[in-house]
Amino acid sequence: MQKVMMGNHALSWGAKLSRAEVIAAYPITPQTEVVELLSNMCADGSLKAEFIKVESEHSAMAASMGAAAAGARTFTATSSQGLALMHEVLHWATGARLPIVMGNINRAMAPPWSIWTEQTDSIAQRDTGWIQIYTSSIQEIMDSVIQAYKVAEQIYIPTMLVLDSFVLSHTNENCDIPDQDKVDAYLPRFENAYRLNTDKPAAFGGLTGPDWYYELRYKIERDIQKAIPLFTETGKEFGEMFGREYGLVETYKLDDADVVLVASASIASTARPVIDAMRKEGHKVGLVRIRVFRPFPSELLRKLLAGRKKVLVIDRNISFGMSGAFYAETKAALYNEKKAPPMWGYIAGLGGRDVPLNVIRDMIEQTIAEEHPEGDIVWIGVKR
Amino acid sequence: MSEEIKWESQSDMPLMAMSLGRMTVNKTGSWRNLRPVIDKEKCIKCGICWKFCPDVAISIDEEDYPVVNLDFCKGCGICATECPKDAIEMVKEE
Amino acid sequence: MKYTIPEQEIMCSGHKACQGCGATLAMRYALKALGPKTILTIPACCWSVIDGPFPYSSVGVPLFHTAFETAASVASGIRAGLTMRGDTETNVVAWAGDGGTFDIGIQALSGTVERNDNVIYICYDNEAYMNTGVQRSSATPWGAVTTTTPPRHFKKERKKDMMGILAAHSIPYTASASIAYPEDLIKKVNRAKETPGAKFLHIFASCPPGWKTAPELSVQLARLAVQTHVFPLYEIYEGRYYKLSMDPKKKPIIDYIKPQGRFRHLTEEQVAEMDKQVDERYDRLKEQAERSKPWFEKQKKN
Repeated sequence: MQKVMMGNHALSWGAKLSRAEVIAAYPITPQTEVVELLSNMCADGSLKAEFIKVESEHSAMAASMGAAAAGARTFTATSSQGLALMHEVLHWATGARLPIVMGNINRAMAPPWSIWTEQTDSIAQRDTGWIQIYTSSIQEIMDSVIQAYKVAEQIYIPTMLVLDSFVLSHTNENCDIPDQDKVDAYLPRFENAYRLNTDKPAAFGGLTGPDWYYELRYKIERDIQKAIPLFTETGKEFGEMFGREYGLVETYKLDDADVVLVASASIASTARPVIDAMRKEGHKVGLVRIRVFRPFPSELLRKLLAGRKKVLVIDRNISFGMSGAFYAETKAALYNEKKAPPMWGYIAGLGGRDVPLNVIRDMIEQTIAEEHPEGDIVWIGVKR
Repeated sequence: MSEEIKWESQSDMPLMAMSLGRMTVNKTGSWRNLRPVIDKEKCIKCGICWKFCPDVAISIDEEDYPVVNLDFCKGCGICATECPKDAIEMVKEE
Repeated sequence: MKYTIPEQEIMCSGHKACQGCGATLAMRYALKALGPKTILTIPACCWSVIDGPFPYSSVGVPLFHTAFETAASVASGIRAGLTMRGDTETNVVAWAGDGGTFDIGIQALSGTVERNDNVIYICYDNEAYMNTGVQRSSATPWGAVTTTTPPRHFKKERKKDMMGILAAHSIPYTASASIAYPEDLIKKVNRAKETPGAKFLHIFASCPPGWKTAPELSVQLARLAVQTHVFPLYEIYEGRYYKLSMDPKKKPIIDYIKPQGRFRHLTEEQVAEMDKQVDERYDRLKEQAERSKPWFEKQKKN
């Protein structure tokens, strides 16, 4: 079925198609349409789920944990301040190995108040052990919810699906809504092997000393790394069933590229026409869009970027005192490579500042013009 | 009664901190300084000592007398305080 | 032997509670009433330690350890998850201390009760943050010494009226109970089991190290708290109808105060002040119970 819808509704549809059984969510701009549509779906019976209308995001995640621990497929969505409020329980969901799927609409952190897009909210949660998927189209949002459950539930790791505020959350695009039967075939019912079960009583999360806590952390890392092949496999399978394939990264005109732009989310989409235009002018420019940021696809990036002449990374986020996260991590991934290219890091579009074609072009041109990166990061377009 | 669980490597353990046994492996009797001694002559088999034991360390035998499980009794002395007939004396452990 | 409380033991020996721990008695009794078809969630509190370290447990039912302020929300989530998997029978119980209930967890608790989610929230109240080494909570009574309210600056604020706050939510059933009255406590847990919607039980649980009392006095002090009207036992139905579970002839408050190190510094005048507060509160409760009598009579007839 074809339907024009906004990114937020694509998120709700993804949850519905995945047959989410419990939803616990709290409204926040720009996420509200996600929960409104899900409330309506629950109310009219088109989605058979329990919707817990919690009193905060902290409780949204806590209630999600309870539901997932009881064995239900669980969904929630938030943004920015709400995600930050969840921080403590994000760690908890990972430690408890609960494959919850959550949508996060990237919105800048206050103060000052801002409702516009920026990735610092989700980047600040990168160490919580959640898988992070950065989406770049409305269709991808819907499809990624389904894929997220498929990956998360195999390895018992929670998954965060990230989309840009307004640019994706409130933009309408035509979407192909896959048939429920086919989704059911792709994504079987969730059976939590570790659910709270009165027939097999067990306590979860009890005090663990230094003699075994370390090993439990090791298991989390081992299993989140399994998401690397899983995203490729499940993305291929998705492609075979639904005609749209998703992987860890997406490349564009990369094969012969000397200069590679690394970006994520909607900036990566905007970059394509810039690359087309510059290619026409004779610049061998290509694009790598990082889709899965956690686990970080280091090995793949080494394969794709080693030996290139130059790489530039655009970050719509800032780790104050360091740089953008995508830049720092891409650089780190290539550090031990013999043919590691010089890397430029650009900060752009914080607080929803538009990153139009010409700004992306400026960054690529500056990279081409400079022999070597000067300093660590460039704040593109900042009014000095 | 639960047995102590021992692992060699992480592959022996569950995916998360999930309990596999009961705390009866933990013999809390070693905490005890005072031991309850029941005087069967005075005991009226009311079960009050059983009722108020926080350590589930008192059971009732076939003749309805209370029996203290010294593996677990921490020696708090609630049983002696609550006994309506003063039939329980707290005696210093050697 | 004729047992006055269920014989069945679900909680086992070997747990990590201190000698004479009231919170442990509370759990033992509650589980006797709840039975094995029960799922617990426990936030940070003494019980997160008492239950035992990984890979052991002493409660004998499934238990989800959770973050300090989340007991009620996690319970709501468990209930929803069970419902979706066709289980409406299992008791879902949030089991928290006074810190996790009166203070850091009150928001989540308010949310769960406002939504009237079908869970039982049990607060075992030992009147301070005992697990972290006896710091004051909003459940600490006026006059008490804790490590953050030292003798010269003992707690000058009254204990928060948690039952009143819950009643203001129109909660279907809430009751106070005491480890000194296990039969009454078990009756109340059973009533909570039978009542649909949100339920709250406030269990008074003595703490020998925190109160600086002898462990053998734990039950006796809890009983004296009821007998001196310091901790009255009562129920509130539908957030409006009050019923005293017992109305004992008041014993002198000094009987309760004297054996406790946490009140040792109080002067006679200060004890009198405390006594006045206790009477005020008890009188108010009696008035509320008096006003509720016609409703209970009507219930009996129906």
